[in-house]
Amino acid sequence: MARFPGKGLAVLLGCLVLWEVLARRSGALVLYFPPASQVLATLAAILGNGELLDHIAASLLRFAEGYALAAALAVSAGLCLGLWRPLYALFEPLIELLRPMPSPATIPIAILFLGIGDQMKVAVTVYACSWPILLNTIDGVRAIDPVLLNTAATFRLGPWERFRKVVLPAASPQIVTGLRVSLAIALILVTTSEMVVSNDGLGFYILDLQRSFQIPEMYASIVALAVIGYALNRLFLTLDGWALAWHKGLTRKEEIL
Amino acid sequence: MSRFWGSRWSGFGFLLLLVLVWEAAGRYGWVHKLFFPPATKILVSLFQIVASGEVLGHVGVSLWRAGLGYGLAALVAITLGVLMGYWRVVYESFEIVVELLRAIPPPAIIPVAIVFLGIGDQMKVFIILFSCAFPILVNTMDGVRSVDPVLIRTARTFGLGQGALLWKVVLPAASPFVMTGLRIALAIALILVVISEMVGATSGIGYFILDAQRSFRIPQMYAGMLVLALLGYTLNRCFLLADARLMAWHKGLTARQR
Amino acid sequence: MLEVRELRKEFQPLSGQPVVALGSVSFRVESGQFVSIVGPSGCGKSTLLLCIAGLSRPSAGRVLLHGREVTGPPEGLILLFQEYNKSLMAWRSVLRNVRFGLENRSGMSRVEMDAEARRYIELVGLKGFEAHYPWELSGGMQQRVAIARALVRRPEVMLMDEPFGSLDALTRIELEDALLRLWESLRATILFVTHDIEEAVYLSDRVYVLSCRPALVIEEIEVKLERPRNQLTTREDPRFIQARHHVFELISKEMAKG
Repeated sequence: MARFPGKGLAVLLGCLVLWEVLARRSGALVLYFPPASQVLATLAAILGNGELLDHIAASLLRFAEGYALAAALAVSAGLCLGLWRPLYALFEPLIELLRPMPSPATIPIAILFLGIGDQMKVAVTVYACSWPILLNTIDGVRAIDPVLLNTAATFRLGPWERFRKVVLPAASPQIVTGLRVSLAIALILVTTSEMVVSNDGLGFYILDLQRSFQIPEMYASIVALAVIGYALNRLFLTLDGWALAWHKGLTRKEEIL
Repeated sequence: MSRFWGSRWSGFGFLLLLVLVWEAAGRYGWVHKLFFPPATKILVSLFQIVASGEVLGHVGVSLWRAGLGYGLAALVAITLGVLMGYWRVVYESFEIVVELLRAIPPPAIIPVAIVFLGIGDQMKVFIILFSCAFPILVNTMDGVRSVDPVLIRTARTFGLGQGALLWKVVLPAASPFVMTGLRIALAIALILVVISEMVGATSGIGYFILDAQRSFRIPQMYAGMLVLALLGYTLNRCFLLADARLMAWHKGLTARQR
Repeated sequence: MLEVRELRKEFQPLSGQPVVALGSVSFRVESGQFVSIVGPSGCGKSTLLLCIAGLSRPSAGRVLLHGREVTGPPEGLILLFQEYNKSLMAWRSVLRNVRFGLENRSGMSRVEMDAEARRYIELVGLKGFEAHYPWELSGGMQQRVAIARALVRRPEVMLMDEPFGSLDALTRIELEDALLRLWESLRATILFVTHDIEEAVYLSDRVYVLSCRPALVIEEIEVKLERPRNQLTTREDPRFIQARHHVFELISKEMAKG
């Protein structure tokens, strides 16, 4: 069903060409603004000599750990809090207190307790990612149509069966939304924590390249990071589309032209 | 008694309990005193930094940066979002470029911004603009694309020109979605202002917290975090108030539809 | 004054042969007439109206208004949509919705437009509801707002796409008579699409029966009943019954074919 993204690719190509031309014409500014061809060549170089790959691996590992841990913890917690009102009431003020605080603010405190190693970065990532997942999961469970729950009751479903066959599927679109949002957040926090204090990882690498004025390499690494982010997003969308095909069908916008 | 357990009071009670535990832990050395100053000490520190105006200066700077970036992002992203959402051709053409740029974690743009703009306010405003623009753009686009075609045809049958159509019909119809994007971007603006201040700055609340940690003024660090949480909460409340006012019609509509 | 000449409209689905919605539709409407178009559901009546209103380009044939070809929404012609609730603006009150008909058009001031809008709101029987929002009103009332909004423009021609189709029988009767009264006082030309045969005969001077895909005008039936019409006496008139019988026969034959 995917149409060939001809226009999109054309515009992308156009932007690259524009980049190339403007950079070459920029005179002295070319130091800050290397042409696309140079950036891509540099990208190939740093990929080839393994330097970039090391940093990518370090970042991806932290990302994966943080994201997976956050997903496991937050979905479980969200389901519990969504299903049991008294439990939610217990934690609600705490949640409302912590929630508005921007997650990067936990970096200093994490450094304090966990030092400057991987543990700190993963911990910060887990904290930050957990929020969208937790909140969306709670919302998803609480927003389940009472008619569905009544249906489960009239069919005399046991609690575990009801959870598995009604609650979980009904809440899953919302849960997936939370998972999608925290994907981006995980990347942000990993990158940030690497910029603030680290000696490896893409965040560190990019900042370091800027400081040592290796500008083409800096751009090349950012391109790599963009591609990774894009790929992760696409991967997520594919899994999402496959697992939630029913929901897509239900909410498909009719294209009337 | 069972009334207590389902209500708000249990939550406040729980919170109070946590604070008391914290206080005890700090006071009686259950945990390293340095890392866990008693709650009272933190509150004293909070009072000090607010009263001396020290933290308010930093907060002001952060708000200025975040506000400017947010405002500019809204302007640019809503305009682009309407154009991309309304004309299929524009959307299909720019989709890939937008998705690629959007995939870059904003902190990664900071070094580039530093190269071009130094480490001053301009850099931070640019970063915030960059990061906030995408959620607003995506949600605006979504909103515009879901405007009912009947509404558009109605406007056309009444002879509205393209400009009036976009301004008077499409934008208001898409506004609930735009508000969603603006709400998300608000949180992002705060996050990014803190990040940019931690990576390269000498002022702002993000810098304040990190600096406090580095110079081991731990109570001040915690106090700073509280200030930041309060700031986030206040901004959110303001937004919700504005949202309730502006979107009253939408709230009513969706309530009916249920 | 309104002429449809050999109008043809094809749609190209994703795969397969083109679907011919309108085969070759031709008819004329004189000024000030009330004309109905009936046909089985899904046989292209809405498509026909969209073409006449200049909102959809025909594959062949032309629409002429006062001798001039229609290539876009023409001056003096308004289309009222079947989904009237989607064509009203949820973010505007009833007053502002009706006022919309005048905005960007006349050189009137806000005050003048409001006054005019109020006149027509009263005319359709919704006095007192000016400050309400569309979604606070019942279906029949919403339909009246849509009608008022069109009327405030004093169009020469009104195209109505099954306006009373989704309303209950009693509301329908009420609105049929209300429409006739409005039509008589404003002397506009009305082109009324419906699947309800009785309604068509009751309201119109002429009824056009449309065939199924590809749509053609099977027959033109002149309704020679006196005005003003009356829900009881007119519907018992033998000429009414005869006309109804004739139309019903034609449509039954059509539906049997499909």
